[in-house]
Amino acid sequence: MATVSVRQVRKSFGSTKILHGVDVEIADGEFVVLVGPSGCGKSTLLRMIAGLENITGGEIAIGGRVVNAVPPKDRDIAMVFQNYALYPHMTVRENMAFSMKLAKAPADVMEQEVQRAAKILGLEALLDRYPRQLSGGQRQRVAMGRAIVRHPQVFLFDEPLSNLDAKLRVQMRSEIRELQQRLATTTIYVTHDQIEAMTMADQIVVMNGGRIEQSGAPLALYDRPANTFVAGFIGSPAMNLLRGEVADGGFRAEGGAILPLPPGAHRGAATYGIRPEHLVLADDGIPAAIVIVEPTGSETQVSLRIGETPLIGAFRERVAGRPGDTLRIKPDLSLVHLFGPDGARL
Amino acid sequence: MSTATAAPVWTKVRQQPGALARLFDNKAFLIVVCLLPAVGLLLTFLTYPLGLGVYLAFTDQTIGRRGIWIGIENFEFLAEDPIFWNAVFYSVFYTAVATVGKFALGLWLALLLNQHLPMKSLLRAIILLPWIVPTVLSAIAFWWIYDPQFSIISWMLIELGLRETNVDFINTAWPARWSLIAANIWRGIPFVAISLLAGLQTISPSLYEAALLDGATPWQRFRHITFPMLMPILAIVMTFSIIFTFTDFQLVYSITRGGPVNSTHLMATLAFQRGIPGGQLGEGAAIAVAMIPFLVFATLFSYFALARRKWQQGESND
Repeated sequence: MATVSVRQVRKSFGSTKILHGVDVEIADGEFVVLVGPSGCGKSTLLRMIAGLENITGGEIAIGGRVVNAVPPKDRDIAMVFQNYALYPHMTVRENMAFSMKLAKAPADVMEQEVQRAAKILGLEALLDRYPRQLSGGQRQRVAMGRAIVRHPQVFLFDEPLSNLDAKLRVQMRSEIRELQQRLATTTIYVTHDQIEAMTMADQIVVMNGGRIEQSGAPLALYDRPANTFVAGFIGSPAMNLLRGEVADGGFRAEGGAILPLPPGAHRGAATYGIRPEHLVLADDGIPAAIVIVEPTGSETQVSLRIGETPLIGAFRERVAGRPGDTLRIKPDLSLVHLFGPDGARL
Repeated sequence: MSTATAAPVWTKVRQQPGALARLFDNKAFLIVVCLLPAVGLLLTFLTYPLGLGVYLAFTDQTIGRRGIWIGIENFEFLAEDPIFWNAVFYSVFYTAVATVGKFALGLWLALLLNQHLPMKSLLRAIILLPWIVPTVLSAIAFWWIYDPQFSIISWMLIELGLRETNVDFINTAWPARWSLIAANIWRGIPFVAISLLAGLQTISPSLYEAALLDGATPWQRFRHITFPMLMPILAIVMTFSIIFTFTDFQLVYSITRGGPVNSTHLMATLAFQRGIPGGQLGEGAAIAVAMIPFLVFATLFSYFALARRKWQQGESND
């Protein structure tokens, strides 16, 4: 178990800059999720921590030791790859024991470690199978088993669930979380799925274009997004972000809608953010035309239009309207976010 | 669906197919028609010559005279013939040494080409050159390289002051044998290197990364990842290479014609020598037929080497 510090880390491939000075502090035993759209540099950062990519600038320290020049095997980390990277010509047992075999561990220690990991992951019955003979979820567990037997200081996960179907993904999500809590090993987890990030992380690091947009606890990011990128990225369905201006008597959005403002808003150009679930149905609300109604069972998502301004609402109530009907809605003023013209929170 | 205007009503007429169309719908007929060209070609150009060759091996036919069935007399004669046994020995030796050489160098080259190199595609194209050039052409080049008087290698060694006299490449038995093997290796490397390179490229880079994190040294990565993963393709390529090398003819015949004093005869060149210039068709055919057991052995080797790897199949555990 160890802390991980990423200080002003930069990475470029030739003249292409991938990371522009990234800082992350990860506490001992913490579960940190790096999340962002494709190409934001999150996997590159993880691979740099693993030692699979060299560091163009800045430094990375694991357990207080700067590891920039330390080869991967001496960094005391274990990694689970997106495609699991199981050795296809080795059985589950051999896959898990491979690192110990290379380190010339005694046979009984190897067997003991493999059995321990297999027990934790429920793989006891599969030890003599080849990866080809396993299902996706089982392969995923073997990949984790290979990480566990090494007792690493840090676990690294590179989009480990993206090859699984939706149901298995939810199940493995909680398994990984539970495992991490049991072993209390510092974990860095890369994903592009904000729901994975929200449900698993102690700390989320939202990345975009090689920079960190915001980092913090999941609900802190949800409640107080630092900018329009984080506001739009965290939460599903995504936050409504309306451009327009703060004027007397309300916010004039592009497209004509006029929305109420929380007290103390400064005049000027701004972006008005309201999450779909923070719009409420109210008889004294603003009339909005229904475009599409999408019931999911637990809630109803409705695409709306106020004048020409599009808006998404998510309501606990069952909305029985048809396209073209009018719905009266009201934003919860305490949950309205205002962002300046540069995208930063006001 | 418009009924406003009185569109002319048209119903599709189901036409009875003609006799020809019905014939071509007949599965049995189609199978015969589609297979006929391939089967015909194979029978004419493979089965017939092979059958004829095997038949000739049991006759005393010579050029210009129809032979009679003599049973295994040709083989009895060959069993006593030191030149034949010499050809058997050299065929096996030539194949064994050349295969080891080709695979050692070819694998090394494939591993090099699998790295990130500048102008990689150009290099790969250049590697293929020895294989693209017609064998006879490269044989002629080697003929000059090995020439007793004008050899460029001798010239270089003398100019560099490493030798006083020309090197004797192909005029005594053992140097000639080694020289031919060297030429065969040179010619065979591209096939091995390119095939193994294709095999190497199917190995996922993340396996190497996983092994790197597991603490494997470069040698261990080769030993535990590259080599076992390459085994299936290695077995196939090796089988082909052994067959091609064992049946080699052009290189040896172009450079030494089996000489000096029959020391570099392969079974293929000896069969030709006895059968065509020597006119003893039956005896030549018998030498060629004697190659079959060796080739069957090579094929079986590959078959069993291939069948062993159950990790490739998705079958249930056993």
